[in-house]
Amino acid sequence: MTLAEGAFGRLATRRSVSERAGTAPEKEGGAPAASKSRATPGVEGLSLAFRAVGKSFGDRQVLKEIDLEIPAGQFVAIVGRSGGGKTTLMRLITGLDAPTSGEVVIDGKPTSGLQKSVRLLFQDARLLPWETVIGNVGISRETGWREDAADALADVGLSGREKDWPTVLSGGQRQRVSLARALVSRPGILLLDEPFGALDALTRAEMHQLTERIWQEHGFTTLLITHDVAEAATLADRVLVLRDGHIALDLEIDLPRPRRSYDPAVASVGARILREV
Amino acid sequence: MNIHADRKTIEKGATATVSRPSGTAPSSTAKRRGPTFGWRLGAALAPWALPLLLLAIWEAGCRAGFIPARVLPAPSDVAIAFWATAKTGALFHHAAISTERALAGLLVGGSIGFFLGVLNGLSKSAETLLDSLLQMIRNVPHLAIIPLVILWFGIGEEAKLFLVAIGVFFPIYLNTFHGIRTVDKGLIEMARVYGLSQFALFRRVILPGALPSVLVGLRYALGIMWLTLIVAETIASSEGIGYMTMNAREFLQTDVVLLGIIIYAVLGKLADSLTRALEQRALAWHPSYQKVIA
Repeated sequence: MTLAEGAFGRLATRRSVSERAGTAPEKEGGAPAASKSRATPGVEGLSLAFRAVGKSFGDRQVLKEIDLEIPAGQFVAIVGRSGGGKTTLMRLITGLDAPTSGEVVIDGKPTSGLQKSVRLLFQDARLLPWETVIGNVGISRETGWREDAADALADVGLSGREKDWPTVLSGGQRQRVSLARALVSRPGILLLDEPFGALDALTRAEMHQLTERIWQEHGFTTLLITHDVAEAATLADRVLVLRDGHIALDLEIDLPRPRRSYDPAVASVGARILREV
Repeated sequence: MNIHADRKTIEKGATATVSRPSGTAPSSTAKRRGPTFGWRLGAALAPWALPLLLLAIWEAGCRAGFIPARVLPAPSDVAIAFWATAKTGALFHHAAISTERALAGLLVGGSIGFFLGVLNGLSKSAETLLDSLLQMIRNVPHLAIIPLVILWFGIGEEAKLFLVAIGVFFPIYLNTFHGIRTVDKGLIEMARVYGLSQFALFRRVILPGALPSVLVGLRYALGIMWLTLIVAETIASSEGIGYMTMNAREFLQTDVVLLGIIIYAVLGKLADSLTRALEQRALAWHPSYQKVIA
């Protein structure tokens, strides 16, 4: 993974903004704790590991003894059939659910509870309909959220839509807002739970480019859940196939970026993944 | 529709370009500019056309002697009664008293209903504890407890406040409860992932999500509020619109009785318009309340 010089410059300015925000006098209640969390995730990705993680709902075992190491900054796609435990995996990483056995390790530390360094893009954008676009992006209302949110919106190409209601946006725009909302807190790990599934092909291709660019700029560790093998082959450094609660395939994709899904090399990777799903 | 057409033709000096099927370009632009004003005026007046017509028939019927004044006084007599009671200030005094009672009852019953709705909506155990009792009380028509209320409070202000409060409690309670329970679970989960505190979650996700439902409850409550008040004031009271009409009945002043009824209608309509305005403001985000400009 290479970062362009310009991207580095941009990260540097962003960081200085966050430091300024951190030292500013705190007025709102609970802000000190929140500003601490802003400083810690940093802009670089965090490593993620699963140590013998199992998860059952009643008698049904959804994940079986998963062992997994994901280095910081890697773009991983998780492919599998519906009900194969993909979303459960995501929920374990965010801390929405706790594993039945084993532990999830982020940045070398075992986790419990909701993780502030992890952000999740849902399949449906889940914007608050009663908040404007900028209000949605700055949902945490941390000090200086307005500027941060405006920056994030510019980043996803939605400048000028700050005051719109989410209901007037298209599906692709809603997902962009949702992405901007995740970016504001500068996550160490970004989880994408089939966020492009409901979009039309053109918008989806656009969103792929956007996601790739943002990932390259910010350098967070990314997990993309998808059942579109072409999507996985185009975007990911590494593809995991989740089948019957265990990892059936762990494949590194070492192809130059940007990739095109119709490129024969990419297509053959896609075909290989498909055989395992 | 006929009214619009009539207006149009009158205003356009009966050029009748409207009905000509083969409209050429210039006449179509003229049509575009011309009817807009007439159409808007017509649209504004159309809802009033039928009431005004009925009023005219009514007045004519009384003047001609078809309708005895004791059964139904002429609208003009009601207007005179309005003027007479307004001049002495009695009308405003009674109207103010009634409004005050209504609002006090709404405030008390509404806040309790809202509070319990929120509590039971958020907490399953509170619901288990309280809901069956509330449902039992709800199924007693609140006007049926009037004799008991009079025994408890006499015919003073407390009795009316109590009745109105009970009346408005249930629509607000039920709708708040329902509104909170039907807030999108996905949004709540999202808010938790984004680290909102319990209070922020309530204030920024649950409450706004429940608001459309709460406001529906409020509008229901306003209807019940006036209904309860009218009944309570008619039965036992020494001031207020209800008292004014009952007093007028004793002296066979049908015009004042009618006036009282009209005042209730106006107050009710006013309250409803206020809630509508409130809805427009509070639910500006809601697609149903956004003004669609085609």
